[in-house]
Amino acid sequence: MHDNLGLPGPVPGPAAAIRLVWVYPDLLSTYGDRGNLLVLVRRAGLRGMAVEVAGVNSDQQVPGDGDIYLLGGGEDLPQVLAARRLRADGGLAAAASRGAVIFAVCAGYQIIGAEFAGAEGEAVPGLGLLDIRSSRGEQRAVGEITAEVDPGLGVPRLTGFENHQGVTWRGPAARPLAAVLDGVGNGDGTEGAYGGRVIGTYLHGPALVRNPGLADLLLGWVAGPLPPVDPRQEELVRQLRTERLASRGATA
Amino acid sequence: MNPRVPPPRRPGLPLRARLATTVGGAAGRASRLAGRGDGSVIGGVIGLRLKPDLLRLLARGRQVVLVTGTNGKTTTTRLITAALGADGQQVASNAFGANMEAGLVSALARAPDAAMAVLEVDEKHMPAMLEATGARVVALLNLSRDQMDRAAEIWMLARRWRAALAAAQGCHVIANADDPLVAWAAGQAGKVTWVAAGQRWHDDSWCCPQCGSHLRRDGDHWYCGECSNRRPAVSWVLAGDQVIDPADRSWPAGLDLPGRANRSNAVMALAVADLFGISVPQAMAALQHVRSVAGRYTQASRRGCALRLLLAKNPAGWLETLDILAPPPVPVLLAVNAQGPDGRDTSWLWDVDYRRLRGRPVLVTGERRTDLAVRLEADEVAFRVVGGIDEAVDLARAASMEVVANYTAFQQVRAVLGRTV
Ligand SMILES: [Zn+2]
Repeated sequence: MHDNLGLPGPVPGPAAAIRLVWVYPDLLSTYGDRGNLLVLVRRAGLRGMAVEVAGVNSDQQVPGDGDIYLLGGGEDLPQVLAARRLRADGGLAAAASRGAVIFAVCAGYQIIGAEFAGAEGEAVPGLGLLDIRSSRGEQRAVGEITAEVDPGLGVPRLTGFENHQGVTWRGPAARPLAAVLDGVGNGDGTEGAYGGRVIGTYLHGPALVRNPGLADLLLGWVAGPLPPVDPRQEELVRQLRTERLASRGATA
Repeated sequence: MNPRVPPPRRPGLPLRARLATTVGGAAGRASRLAGRGDGSVIGGVIGLRLKPDLLRLLARGRQVVLVTGTNGKTTTTRLITAALGADGQQVASNAFGANMEAGLVSALARAPDAAMAVLEVDEKHMPAMLEATGARVVALLNLSRDQMDRAAEIWMLARRWRAALAAAQGCHVIANADDPLVAWAAGQAGKVTWVAAGQRWHDDSWCCPQCGSHLRRDGDHWYCGECSNRRPAVSWVLAGDQVIDPADRSWPAGLDLPGRANRSNAVMALAVADLFGISVPQAMAALQHVRSVAGRYTQASRRGCALRLLLAKNPAGWLETLDILAPPPVPVLLAVNAQGPDGRDTSWLWDVDYRRLRGRPVLVTGERRTDLAVRLEADEVAFRVVGGIDEAVDLARAASMEVVANYTAFQQVRAVLGRTV
């Protein structure tokens, strides 16, 4: 177990606990990726739902019985290592075939696809859990990103920060997560992708912090319809969303 | 002085270079007079425009020490400068943290007669500055995540350091053996003095930079489970508040600057000073006189409240800074911005463990105070949002307060308090 996860303890609740698995924080958590975990724990807790969290390092086995798996961002070399180990491990693929929820960010997004570009631009096989392929673009995309989520998902407009050089194409089994309003995303005017309960996005690091609707989508996939959150508990996040979107000339 | 680094010959500057430094120096003075910064960059920018290889010319014939790393550069540069100047030697230095080429040029141009120079260098620019200055000594402090929207990725950075130091075989590297990325970067250098300067932040060194396998840790020791990469044998050790020198003598690291991170900076400075023949007691006496560094650790009074200013720019820096806070109930004001020098992305806030601020008065300000507020809410830290330092002081009504800010937020606090700090 990672010795500095800063993970919250189990949150008590009535039903069986939601099992969150943070995949390879030793390789894939370059920038605030812990935020996604903390947001899921908080939003589950606000509904009185119990949560169990497991941080799984790259020298450990990925458990196949989790409910939600989180993959974060990473540099080129750690990304290649993580992909190789996850393929050999098989735990994540087993979980995905059971219908577990996977939320992957940035380097993690590329890893769950069929293929991505390694440190020298070479094609590296991914896990094939999402029907996408990625390669390296001409320019690094760095900055705020705003995108309108696929209406079928019922999630408000995304706001986040992207920092990547990836270009991503979808195959027929993946849909774009969102349409870019401001920023780069996949490189073709779309941002992220999803297929079944597997979601990937270029919004890097703590993507769920500014997008609690996306966090609730993941929780709802596991727990069914969620009760609303006391508005006072959401006031600060609402303000943050408004500020960040306003800084890009958009509204929430 | 009985230096182990032999002094080089100092040729004079060619005419065009002399002209470039004169014009650049005048611009720097004009900039200072106009109140636009401390003038430490503009002179260098103009000088370089007139003479692109000015840095190489200005460095020629001097003994240059470069100091780099993610955290502690400015402070360590100041400590080394103090130690090398202990016997009255003039030492050129970019004391205000202008650590790219123009800042280095300005520092050298301002001190044309200094035979020694101690220069802080931005991590990304170290290889190029090493090549240009022909530095005799490079001090590598640490390497961790920092402003990744503009900085290179750190594994990549470690590779570039490693290649640059392998190519500069005449350069003597003083390296922190406790940081696996630093140790790997220094691994092919011609001559290395290894220092056990400590590493509080481990989140960027779980894996071996050589082969990618998991690094194992056993107390202070670290080693790779798969390849031969391991912590090198060290000559200097920081053990609590004692410094142990290569002859196994123990010295108290009694600094005026607070915290473990500064003791770590000090042991690196002592190792550099030793290369120049300056003894530990002689160097230590000089280090003890350093009280604040470019405003950091400065004490100031505001409306009857004694403030202490602490700079924290990245997760490793916050970790060290939260360690040295005065105990509760002393209130803490946190200020966060996201301008260019801070990094425009605030994701790093989620890499800082703020839970240790629970149960004490916490105030939050800065241009990105809402990002910080959401972060603290997730860590269940109670806080008040304030418009600035005066509102914080009025609200806290305490005899003293700790102020922790990232780069531009720190400069804004200094501006409010006046240039005295
Ligand atoms: Zn290894």
